[in-house]
Amino acid sequence: MNEETLVQLALDFSILSLMAVGGAVTVLPEMHRSIVDVHGWMSGAQFAELFALAQASPGPNILVVSLVGWKVAGLAGALVATAAMCAPSCVLTFTISGIWQRFRGARWLTALQDGLVPVTVGLIVAGGYLITLSADHSIVAFAITALTALTVLTTRIHPLWLFAAAGLIGLAGWV
Amino acid sequence: MSDALPAKAPAPSELFLRFTQVAVSGFGGVMPFARRMLVEERHWLSAEEFADVLSLCQLLPGPNIVNVAVCVGARYHGVRGALAAFAGLMTAPFFLVLALGALYTEYSHLPAVSAAFHGVSAAAAGLVVAMGIKMAMSRRLRSAMALFAIVTFFGIALMRLPLVILLLALAPLSVAAAFWRAK
Repeated sequence: MNEETLVQLALDFSILSLMAVGGAVTVLPEMHRSIVDVHGWMSGAQFAELFALAQASPGPNILVVSLVGWKVAGLAGALVATAAMCAPSCVLTFTISGIWQRFRGARWLTALQDGLVPVTVGLIVAGGYLITLSADHSIVAFAITALTALTVLTTRIHPLWLFAAAGLIGLAGWV
Repeated sequence: MSDALPAKAPAPSELFLRFTQVAVSGFGGVMPFARRMLVEERHWLSAEEFADVLSLCQLLPGPNIVNVAVCVGARYHGVRGALAAFAGLMTAPFFLVLALGALYTEYSHLPAVSAAFHGVSAAAAGLVVAMGIKMAMSRRLRSAMALFAIVTFFGIALMRLPLVILLLALAPLSVAAAFWRAK
């Protein structure tokens, strides 16, 4: 894979790293926009599949970035994308963690926290909406998405069981 | 953050190992496992300290759990500790997820595999939907502040605006509103 792609991955994900307010899931829509719509590196359905793979694998949610990098530019792509997604925010966290105590309870800090919550929520709901549209291409698929969400919200069943059940429904050819 | 350290600071190798354990125990989010390890098993942080570290890590950009690892590692061994905890958290899951990706690519041409995966993708989307609904119903959003969540959703999901534009336009307003409401 050419260097240009690696540089593009590094650029995209390091910007994404600093925009990930409230965690990795909040940048799902932007990742989707950049990877599928802007660069055309894969289809929306492929992106949704990689996202599902990352969810079915142990570890932090952010691993979808590694898979995207890998799909676009092999092992080098995976390393570059993962490093780019983590490095800027890690350096920032490392720097701030040393001086954080000084600002505890400051009014502007509370406002910053409270102010970012609604934006974070809007981003995660948008992420759910976009990934659903990418993943689901049949009534049954939408039903699986809805049932999974409902089950997660109302029971303590481990998500892997839901993946297994959904996989079986898919295997039966109904999705 | 030098207050209330345990008697013996964990070595970087131990930070690496413990965060590896945490990372491979959780599917689709490992924060609960990190909390259990840090607070209940190793006593590296008290419950209050963990809540404190977590609120900082949620405020700062980037994956929250990665930020937590960096904070905890930095607390004991500076850059070395942060790198050890980070590497512990990411190395094993990184290769596991790539192995899974390779397996999937190898067999995705089989109709059975791709059919099953249509189901799994739909379920994975459901996890994000659930997360969104859960957060949208949180008490902190039962105020005029919900307006900012709605505008964010419209801008990103329906108008497909670039995130940077939305953040630059909306985050300052939202933070200012929170500041004003706290008066």
